[in-house]
Amino acid sequence: MDELQHFRMQALRRSFLGRSGVGVGLAALGTLLRGDGLAADGSQRPATEWPGAVRPLHFPPRCRRVIHLCMAGGPSHLETLDYKPKLRDMDGQPMPQSYTAGQQIAQLQGQRDRLKCLGPQHGFLRCGQSGQIISSLLPHIGSVADELCIINSMHTDQINHDPAHTLMNTGTSIPGRPSMGSWLLYGLGCETDDLPGYVVMTSVGGGQSQPIASRQWHSGFLPSRFQGVEFRSKGDPVLYVNSPAGVDMARQGRLVDAIRQLNHLSEVRLADPEIATRIAQYELAFKMQTSVPELMDISDEPQYILDMYGTRGADGSFAGNCLLARRLAERGVRFIQLYHRGWDHHGGIKKGAEVTARLVDQGTAALIKDLRMRGMLEDTLVIWGGEFGRTPMAQGSGRDHHIKGFSLWMAGGGIRGGFRYGATDELGYAAVENPVHVNDLHATMLYLFGIDHERLTYRFQGRDFRLTDVGGRPLRELLA
Amino acid sequence: MFNRVFAGPSSLMRTFVICVGCMMGGRVVGADQAVQFDRDILPILADKCYACHGPDASQRAAELRLDDAGDAVRDRGGYQVIVPGNPEDSELVRRIWAEPDEQMPPADYRKQLTARERRVLVAWIRQGAERPAHWAYMPPRRHPIPPISEGTAARNFIDAFVLAQLQERGIRANPPADRRTLLRRLSWDLIGLPPTDQELAHFLHNASADAYEMEVDRLLQSPHFGERMAVLWLDLVRYADTVGYHGDQNVSISPYRDYVIHAFNSNKPWDQFTVEQLAGDLLPEPSVETLVASGYNRLGMMSAEGGVQPEEYLAKYAADRVRNAGTVWLGSTLGCAECHDHKFDPFTTHDFYSFAAFFADIKEQGLYAGAHNTGKWGPSLDVPDPQLPALLASLDLELDALRTQLQRHSDESAERQEVAKRIEALEAQRKTLVAEHTRSTLITETVTPREMRVLPRGNWMDKSGEVVTPQIPQFLGRLQPSHRATRLDLARWIVSRDNPLTARVMVNRLWKLMFGRGLSKTLDDVGSQGEVPSHPELLDTLAVEFMDSGWDVKYMLKLIATSATYQQSSQPRPELEAVDPYNRLLARQSRYRLDAEFLRDNALSVSGLLVRVVGGRSVKPYQPPGLYEHLNFPKRVYEADVGADQYRRGVYTHWQRQFLHPALKAFDAPSREECTAQRPRSNTPLGALVLLNDPSYIEAARRFALRALSDAPREAASRADWMVRQAVGRPAEPEEIAILVDLAQAEMNDLSGRTADAQQLLAVGQAPAGAGDPVELAAWTAVARAIFNMHEFVTRN
Repeated sequence: MDELQHFRMQALRRSFLGRSGVGVGLAALGTLLRGDGLAADGSQRPATEWPGAVRPLHFPPRCRRVIHLCMAGGPSHLETLDYKPKLRDMDGQPMPQSYTAGQQIAQLQGQRDRLKCLGPQHGFLRCGQSGQIISSLLPHIGSVADELCIINSMHTDQINHDPAHTLMNTGTSIPGRPSMGSWLLYGLGCETDDLPGYVVMTSVGGGQSQPIASRQWHSGFLPSRFQGVEFRSKGDPVLYVNSPAGVDMARQGRLVDAIRQLNHLSEVRLADPEIATRIAQYELAFKMQTSVPELMDISDEPQYILDMYGTRGADGSFAGNCLLARRLAERGVRFIQLYHRGWDHHGGIKKGAEVTARLVDQGTAALIKDLRMRGMLEDTLVIWGGEFGRTPMAQGSGRDHHIKGFSLWMAGGGIRGGFRYGATDELGYAAVENPVHVNDLHATMLYLFGIDHERLTYRFQGRDFRLTDVGGRPLRELLA
Repeated sequence: MFNRVFAGPSSLMRTFVICVGCMMGGRVVGADQAVQFDRDILPILADKCYACHGPDASQRAAELRLDDAGDAVRDRGGYQVIVPGNPEDSELVRRIWAEPDEQMPPADYRKQLTARERRVLVAWIRQGAERPAHWAYMPPRRHPIPPISEGTAARNFIDAFVLAQLQERGIRANPPADRRTLLRRLSWDLIGLPPTDQELAHFLHNASADAYEMEVDRLLQSPHFGERMAVLWLDLVRYADTVGYHGDQNVSISPYRDYVIHAFNSNKPWDQFTVEQLAGDLLPEPSVETLVASGYNRLGMMSAEGGVQPEEYLAKYAADRVRNAGTVWLGSTLGCAECHDHKFDPFTTHDFYSFAAFFADIKEQGLYAGAHNTGKWGPSLDVPDPQLPALLASLDLELDALRTQLQRHSDESAERQEVAKRIEALEAQRKTLVAEHTRSTLITETVTPREMRVLPRGNWMDKSGEVVTPQIPQFLGRLQPSHRATRLDLARWIVSRDNPLTARVMVNRLWKLMFGRGLSKTLDDVGSQGEVPSHPELLDTLAVEFMDSGWDVKYMLKLIATSATYQQSSQPRPELEAVDPYNRLLARQSRYRLDAEFLRDNALSVSGLLVRVVGGRSVKPYQPPGLYEHLNFPKRVYEADVGADQYRRGVYTHWQRQFLHPALKAFDAPSREECTAQRPRSNTPLGALVLLNDPSYIEAARRFALRALSDAPREAASRADWMVRQAVGRPAEPEEIAILVDLAQAEMNDLSGRTADAQQLLAVGQAPAGAGDPVELAAWTAVARAIFNMHEFVTRN
């Protein structure tokens, strides 16, 4: 924070304290609740409000929030979004060496000379007025094809799950950098007073559940208030959000009030501005004790909505999480990330992909429709895809990890629907037309929010870091 | 491009050159006031110019290096970029004021110069464009102790340096802190625990002149000193109990943590401490201790994931080591040079890989195939706990006696069978004891070094880079051993006087430990992008003092602790807010939230639950169920420790890199995937939820209440006062007593018909609820919870 900003903050804080006197009521706190006492330079100066580092925005924004449906494990593009008839013709034949020589290979390392093509295991259908070609495994997603911008030319640098996720979230595979949700909160602030601005949920099913590290939603070197908060379907929905056994909300409220009074006395005695921040954080913590259970309680959702998602409720399933994602979006959460850990099909991909697809298909499409119905799709960016794709070569009855070409789609948030961008070669091996790197995807996402990815930076260890590391190009071609 | 289009200085230019009085670092620099390159110029050049005109050859434009004094002043066919003493003829000056089509930095570059920066650059050139080498790259030297006026509170040379700057600005230092505050501060800083009642009373009543110094000595001698220091050190070296990548499996290396604690407790010279960690296996006579220390080289992340390409991960591990050692010992961002020459500091890609080559002899695998089943993560050693011999002694005596007896008895006699049975039982017992008190730990084993090449753009598949041998970064000198340089050579150079960086870096960290902020706030970067120290002469003098003392950490901490600067009150002053908002001038001490581990220690200590055993395996405090749900290979269920291990200090918490204990994480404990020199200090609702609802804090609160019911006066107000004294070391204010007594009373009223609710609360945690009225105990548990959530309880002042 520069000096001027610092003085402004001080002035703001003083006027706030001057006005509110001893009893800082919940209502009076309003937007002042978001600070965590950390100034941008990491010092302890209280920032009572975090309005976002990017002010004014670099471009007119088209989008206000993201729902990232992370298909963890590496979904096969060849069974979902990238139709390759030529690969079907080559099924069982040797993979031409011209494709694979000198390329990175994961588990197929020992079989370099015996690589064989594996044809698409499922059919593809033309969908919607746009005629997008989408796998028969994803009929519900097919029904919203006209909303989707399918990118067939993704590529990444990392061939193992953990570093590939880290790259997909932070723009680099080196641990310790902030994830994209944290960058957005840092850049834009958040729009909710009683929920975290970045929420993560997970589900499993359909394939081996590769681990997911909490680093994937960590704020790295950004202040920790920008980290993602995991909402859980079992136990406390947010860690420690429930009062201890035997303490009801009335008594918990009285305790929090006593704490506020005690801290206010210290504030007067010690003249420490950090105390004002702490008082505000306790108020917010207590509000979360109510707002989080309220969010997770879907008894106010009509039956037809539950039917559309194909869920009975917040049961930890992907469909249930999709419904919660909509509720979070409605409440102003900036970045919502749903992981479905079930796409790592090294073997038995025919059946495996079918099972996993069935678990995610309906909920995904329902989310798009639901957002559209509420007029929220236009400023909500939905991203559907994994950390990498899978090889056109067989690994037994499955496919290995693949980084040279894979697919994902985006919808809403200013993205051009019914549109397909980029292509892999005829065997689905490498992105050859308009290749899109992960950094480009991030640059595009930031652009939709009105941010120039080269100008959203944070100084750490003497360097101005950014989400797109040293790369990235916003793909204006994809905009509506 | 700096092509010459413009001939002479404009009148406009002259105006700027003549312009006086511009702000620098918050103070006014007049025309005649000296511009300092380090403080005033380098940050501008490094931030706004070096990206294209700096050390990175691949990005360099117009064949111009502004980081190279010679290149900046050389003749470029009739003009110079910088003409020292003559801004009018300097192309740089013309270009920074030029029209957009010629302007530097280019008009479309995202970092533009401010008007102030332009003026400072002009002033610098007019004053001769002097450019002493970067402060941190010159050997530190002792500076003359500045004279200070009579009547000040100076206690040692630290104060002289600090007061000199304050006096120059007409600012007075704060008065000393009161004794209660002072002992608490000292206790937090040196052992990470609050003083007990008795310790506080003893200090308050000790009238001798050296009462304070005695406390410093006492705390430096405490076995808990090493635990406190370990929190700092383990963050740096990224100590953890799991491998970090993919399945994040457990790995046993806790004896290394014991080594660190013991090293600080025994005040092992810090140079030796350094050598043992980097090269304990290469010493002429490695001991178990130095081998355990060499576990440092094995603290990086590792993978057992099936699809891992070993060569790629060997490259990852190598880069990780350069980043870590570079930050820990050199305070440098050498890691930036993995893919390209450093953009701001004189580290080249060649330096990066040459540095990595020091570690090429470490026996390791890119892929630890099957380790998720076998637990085999490379070379390890079984280390008995220090207390094992004592535990075995009586057992062995008895066994010896029994064996002698055995021989005396005739075959098959009933007595003989009896004795044999007893021997068998004792042997089994012995075996269990040995197993319980022996831990495996990763160590370094040296093998023939593998070939190390420069990886172009960090790409491990590119074999075109040149082969390198171990060497320190070129601008810092050359090692010239007769053999291939080893980790031992590296370690010895690091702690030699030839290396200008390390002593400064460590002293700055010790300063941070005692003030919450380094003399330079960038603890991990003393390079050109780091913050120039607020008191460079003091930092240098301390660095030399550290080396001259034989790298004596306790001596340095005592020196700082006994300074008047350290002992000041932290009370903010309105007039200071304006001139020194970040307290760089040190006109007061600082206040900040305790580190995550010490928050836990505090609650356990006040409750009486804390188990003060030093060293041992990692332990598992209560944790919400299901947190490890996303882990796999193998699947894991967290089982909280039962008994004494539940109540150990935070430093011993099982460090799961991918899912760090949420109570630690909420207060900014790092995952330790990378070196952390400075934790942020956040103040978030998630932290509030931990202190409000985490079972560890609830249990501590009810045990604290139990103590109060048995030890404190019965009358409510006195009891509340007693609890405040126990928790924050001072008598309670009347208003505080009123709030707490009201709370207790309201709880009693509410709970009177609801004993079951009270009992539920008292059942949180393993410790017994205690006898007595559950309603009263639950009510005072609420009081204890309120106190545990006071700002003052979590704050070092």
